Amino acid sequence: MTDTVLISLKKVSKIHNEGRPNEVQAVVGIDLDIARGKVTVLRGASGSGKTTLLTVIGCLARPSSGRVALDGRDISGMPERFLTRIRQETFGFVFQGFNLLRGMSALDNIMLPAYPQAPPHRWLRRRALDLLSMLRLEHRADTPVEMLSGGEAQRTAIARALVNDPPILIADEPTANLDTALTREFLGIAETLKAQGKTLILTSHDPRVFEAGMVDHVVTLRDGRVEERR
Amino acid sequence: MNHFFARHLYLVDFTVASLGRRRGRNLGLFAVYVLLVFVLASVSLMTHGLRREAQAILESSPEIVVQRMIAGRNDPVPTGAVAAITGIRGVRAVQGRLWGYYYDAGMRANYTLMVPPDRPVESGAVVIGGGIARLRQLDTGDIVHFMAPDGRIVRFTVSGTLDSASELVSADLVLMNEGDFRAFFGFPADRFTDVVASVRNPREVGTVASKIALALPEARVVTRADMLRTYEALFDWRGGMVAVVLSGAVLAFVILAWDKAAGLSADERREIGVLKAIGWETSDVIAVKFWEGALVSLLAFLAGYVLAYGHVFYFSGALFEPALKGWAILYPRFRLVPEINGQQVATIFFFTVVPYTLATIFPIWRAATIDPDTVMR
Repeated sequence: MTDTVLISLKKVSKIHNEGRPNEVQAVVGIDLDIARGKVTVLRGASGSGKTTLLTVIGCLARPSSGRVALDGRDISGMPERFLTRIRQETFGFVFQGFNLLRGMSALDNIMLPAYPQAPPHRWLRRRALDLLSMLRLEHRADTPVEMLSGGEAQRTAIARALVNDPPILIADEPTANLDTALTREFLGIAETLKAQGKTLILTSHDPRVFEAGMVDHVVTLRDGRVEERR
Repeated sequence: MNHFFARHLYLVDFTVASLGRRRGRNLGLFAVYVLLVFVLASVSLMTHGLRREAQAILESSPEIVVQRMIAGRNDPVPTGAVAAITGIRGVRAVQGRLWGYYYDAGMRANYTLMVPPDRPVESGAVVIGGGIARLRQLDTGDIVHFMAPDGRIVRFTVSGTLDSASELVSADLVLMNEGDFRAFFGFPADRFTDVVASVRNPREVGTVASKIALALPEARVVTRADMLRTYEALFDWRGGMVAVVLSGAVLAFVILAWDKAAGLSADERREIGVLKAIGWETSDVIAVKFWEGALVSLLAFLAGYVLAYGHVFYFSGALFEPALKGWAILYPRFRLVPEINGQQVATIFFFTVVPYTLATIFPIWRAATIDPDTVMR
């Protein structure tokens, strides 16, 4: 069966600090299709441009040139407000280092992405607790995030990414600081999400990730260009 | 529930949690803020209260007071002046007054001894003000002794105490009859302390005053408007002096607020980046910072103002008494009548809450427009 294209990139380039002495061309003329409901891994050495490409795919940054289409709709030139709306509804992010807000409980961190939509509070709390339960973390709901272990913090970050029920989950180097057992646990969660129909886009240079059985596509980047795809 | 209110409830909830997460810093700022509002509001309430008291007194004071001057000093007015002033066109009523000061060495306080024009007092009796009653622990029926200027000890019976809406009017008053007054001070029978006059047409006060000055060349004529101006100048001067001293504190607060607002920590920048990345709009981040500034400001303003109110009206403005109530020694338990003036509240609100809230929002707006991908770098 042929994959349906969810996200399509045409000649996408991204220049950081454009016009300044510290200008860097992070991504150069990339053409790439991301398949719906599949797991795609962007691999490459540090500085290869995979995180920058992830920010462009996830509407966290606009491309300097080229086009990005989501479900066939060109989103590359959209104003920030529309991109925010797309981020809210379409993407869930698991950041490298997780970026949970310290001083707040795991439950409060998970509910945060839904605040601007202001759903009924009881419903939102139930949804966050269900996610914690799915990730076997319900007993840590009221624990401040700085008291969580690495694995617990990552599962909290995953729950936060899923609270708005986005069709696409983006994770930047999700196993960078995890041991083998926790990496296996992450891959298990990723597989469950894939089975639920989610599209996963990961960056990683960890062979335990891009060689995992549930990964459908691996795109290798070098110096901001696609070197290989499988 | 309306989406707008529901959204802001969530944002306020997040703001309160944020304030709690930086408890130490926010409590420090809150304390400084409360102190500033307390000091400014205390000065404002007290100056306004004193001015209002003075106006209350002057409303019931005579339109024109005529004194006699010899070599630039006050001298008793001959009783004949009453007839001379009565004859001037436009004058409605004229009355000679008898009053003077008595220093109570034992209590180290000055009293005002006076013959009331409209209240008969029996010979050998006095009616005393609330301040003296408290100071010397006197009540109706008690005996009080005063030492006359010639060294005699004169005994009076307290026949009543004065109950006045304004403590400033009555606290130090001792009322006695004319015979007792003249005998106590050795005051000549053909003299008054001063003479007061009322005028038929209030708009003619200035003209009548000029006529009196012309008819009695040795007299000094003081109108109610003159006295009002003097009081206003006095309180404005006192309030201004304190304001100048306090301007240093206000400036220090502005610097602190600006530093707090402009100097976003790396932690706060990261937090804004995270919020934007997970789907918060720039307006959501600004709203949170607005609520942060508004909550701190409003609570500090409320706390500072309530403390100032208690300080001024229940503790006699103890901290600023020496600066604002220059004659405080006369009134050991001087209390102003509590009152809140809307314009006053608005002025202090405008000079404390508005600048702080704005100073909090402006730099945040700059930070909130940063691309959310900074959190990924």
